[in-house]
Amino acid sequence: MSVPPTPKLRVEHLTIAATRGTEILQDVSLDVYPGEVLGLVGESGSGKTTLALALVGYVRRGLRFAGGAVRLDGVDLLGLPEDDLRKLRGSTLAYVPQDPATALNPSRRIGPQLREALTFHGHDDADAADRVGELLEEVGLASVPNVLDAFPHQLSGGQQQRATIAMAFACRPAVIVLDEPTTGLDVTTQRRVLETVGQLCSRYGVAAVYVSHDVAVVGELANRVAVLYAGRVVEVGAMADVFGAPAHPYTRGLLRAVPSPDRAEHLVGMEGLPPRPGARPAGCSFAPRCPLAVDECRAAVPELMAANAAGHTARCIFVGRQRSTRGSVEPARMDSTPTSDDAILVVDGLDASYGTTPVLHEISLEIPRGGCVAVVGESGSGKTTLARCIVGLHRNWSGTIRFEDIELEPGVHDRSTEEVRRLQYVFQNPYASLNPRRSIGGLVAQPVDHFAKLGRSDSDRTVRDAIASVSLSVELVSRYPDQLSGGERQRVAIARTLAVSPSLLVCDEVTSALDVSVQASVVELLRRLQAEHGLSLLFITHNLALVRSIAQQVLVMRDGRVVESGPVEAVLDDPQDPYSRALMRDVPRFAGTRGI
Amino acid sequence: MTADPVAVPRVRRSEFGHVLRNAVRTGRGRVGLGLTLLVLLVAFVGPFFTPYDPTAYITTPFAKPSAIAKLGGDVLGRDVLSRVLDGGWELIVLATTATLLGVALGALAGVYAGYRRGTPDTVVMRAVDVLLAFPQIVFVLLLVSVVGPSAWLLVVAVGLSHAPQVARVLRASTLDVSERDFVKAVEITGVSSGRVMSGEILPNLITPLMVELGLRMTYSIVIIAGLSFIGFGLAPPTPNWGTMINENRIGLTLNPWAAIAPAIMIALLTIGLNTFTDAVTRVALGVDRGEADPPAVASAQVPIAVGAAEETSP
Repeated sequence: MSVPPTPKLRVEHLTIAATRGTEILQDVSLDVYPGEVLGLVGESGSGKTTLALALVGYVRRGLRFAGGAVRLDGVDLLGLPEDDLRKLRGSTLAYVPQDPATALNPSRRIGPQLREALTFHGHDDADAADRVGELLEEVGLASVPNVLDAFPHQLSGGQQQRATIAMAFACRPAVIVLDEPTTGLDVTTQRRVLETVGQLCSRYGVAAVYVSHDVAVVGELANRVAVLYAGRVVEVGAMADVFGAPAHPYTRGLLRAVPSPDRAEHLVGMEGLPPRPGARPAGCSFAPRCPLAVDECRAAVPELMAANAAGHTARCIFVGRQRSTRGSVEPARMDSTPTSDDAILVVDGLDASYGTTPVLHEISLEIPRGGCVAVVGESGSGKTTLARCIVGLHRNWSGTIRFEDIELEPGVHDRSTEEVRRLQYVFQNPYASLNPRRSIGGLVAQPVDHFAKLGRSDSDRTVRDAIASVSLSVELVSRYPDQLSGGERQRVAIARTLAVSPSLLVCDEVTSALDVSVQASVVELLRRLQAEHGLSLLFITHNLALVRSIAQQVLVMRDGRVVESGPVEAVLDDPQDPYSRALMRDVPRFAGTRGI
Repeated sequence: MTADPVAVPRVRRSEFGHVLRNAVRTGRGRVGLGLTLLVLLVAFVGPFFTPYDPTAYITTPFAKPSAIAKLGGDVLGRDVLSRVLDGGWELIVLATTATLLGVALGALAGVYAGYRRGTPDTVVMRAVDVLLAFPQIVFVLLLVSVVGPSAWLLVVAVGLSHAPQVARVLRASTLDVSERDFVKAVEITGVSSGRVMSGEILPNLITPLMVELGLRMTYSIVIIAGLSFIGFGLAPPTPNWGTMINENRIGLTLNPWAAIAPAIMIALLTIGLNTFTDAVTRVALGVDRGEADPPAVASAQVPIAVGAAEETSP
């Protein structure tokens, strides 16, 4: 790849701090070239959204620019008066926010919202009308009937996101910043949106910055990648270099944590947590979690060192030194877990509905004792309803569910205490499933005290054992949920269920609210618990790539029906149903290291 | 070694303590709390420092303030200062009792309706609608005029008149909280609905509950003082700020202090309480933040709606 001569957008030593002084972004330097997509990868709290907004000259309330420059064709945006900046935004600089549902005005039709972007920046009405037609064509909305007269809520999530992308591209901007625009979308829609963005950028020579926590998505789209950790760029370079031969230990850890849709592997999470702003260590901010760290790392912030001649640099002292920084990125392959033929849960001919609207049709599945069955489907496929029928949260169903050879009643209040105890449910979002007013100890003790009438000391011991078994420190018992990270919270949620010794755990999208490195450790935790406690799992997910890492059997659901089921290898390697084939095709994969 | 190193605490943390501390740190909160405490001090410590017996006749009717009577005399020549000092505690005690009763009743009905939904919800909320059709003061007057004035009836009547409004606010908050996953997580262990309400939902309603208490308290004071003013409240000759305004308004030109001093006390108390409640609400909703507190750890939770700002005057 020949390096284009001048960058369109140049970030120089940008520092953004809270008004009280804590630095959120520290000394960030980046170049974005015309016609190129720069992927900006980072986990929650890394400062990626703050950086994305800074690229269009904006800081959120409570933050301020504390140094450096963001230059568009050499002009520092941060020095421009607000009026000039407003003229640039939308015409030369465009921003696509994360959630289209909140970015579009819900009470205005799509047409006027699109035209406004054009007329504000000097197009006359006739001109604008032509351009709107062209835009719809470009983002693939032209085939949607009456799209211009539709209100945002009448469009699907993917269509809404296309509309915001159309708005961003309306005035043919030179720079476009996309902040996780596909996060809420299913994989097929995500793929189409990504393709649209890629095409538009290369066709019009736009310099694009694509911000995401999803390494695989960035790998699909980006030409170059910058990895953000704790407010600093720790590695930057061509996508193939960064993902193919990562030079920073953090990048390597991140890549090891990403599940692959094509192979079963042990996922490796990273120990520890990213430092919070204000509590970042002196020296390399990754040093506390880094397996390679030496005293020199803690002494001073490492400079960006060149890892190769093509501009691949990393903020690590070991880059280019004799001591090899090349840990293996290649994850360990997994052996399949043997399971018995004895089924712990048998669902047969399950139909469920909300009110009079049917949502599940003729669902049948079997979970072998000690095994893990994954249910895969996109939002609206009915997979959560299925889980809630099984645990008795949703009562409006017919058919049979046999659990340990006993037929279950629909509602949880009609089931025996023993049935309820042995069939536990882990919720999707650990930020919502823990009562914020209870201490961690109290949260875990609640089901223990409810199911087993133990004495206080026995109950306390059970609680501590459960907390220890999910690899959390027992000291956490007196903390409260808001003092814990997302991964820790999800472990607490799992400890709650483990404390009452269930035989089957229904896990409903338990990793979808977590960062990828945290997701990896939660999945590994579940695998370990499964082996240690002889647990059976029903693992519900929209993330096909995770399935291989945990399950032996898989069901693919669509519109409330099972479209395909069978052993994981058979279904994922050679999907028969057209829908599962599309799913497998559209799931993002890296072009980088994994193919080797 | 197996000695238990860490006991497992079951205690719940009160979020309200945190909100309260932050509210006191805001300017609004300081002013409100200061005014309230000032009036409470006068009302509860004042009775021990009255220069004269508040019911004794010590000067001429509506005498100007003098060395004998610092704030002059009232309609019957009693010492205004002594009556102001002694005339608050009963009012405040009655108002507090009435408020506690009303908020408790309303919260019970609201949480029950909001959690159970369906028929219980419909029955409770329609009953609330009917009660709300009467203006609060008319409702209390109705009860008091039927049975005749007495302290306990005043408490019950004022309390009952608060209940429907509190029920409505708490029902709305309950609807929100009961949809959270942590409530579902406890429900699917088969715990009874009573324990779900008391263990999971109520602790998360402390803030709206406290805001309601503060708000209803000011209304109680105004209503009880108002009833005394029109003669349906506390009986003479014991002094009370509401009655004093009424008795002494005819002498406003002769000794204005006789009517204005008790009026100022009521005004300070209600303004103070209202301001402080307002500060608490703003902190709870995240509009204001206590200055000295670091921002809370990022959390994906939406603050629980505090539905207090719907009415501004009783």
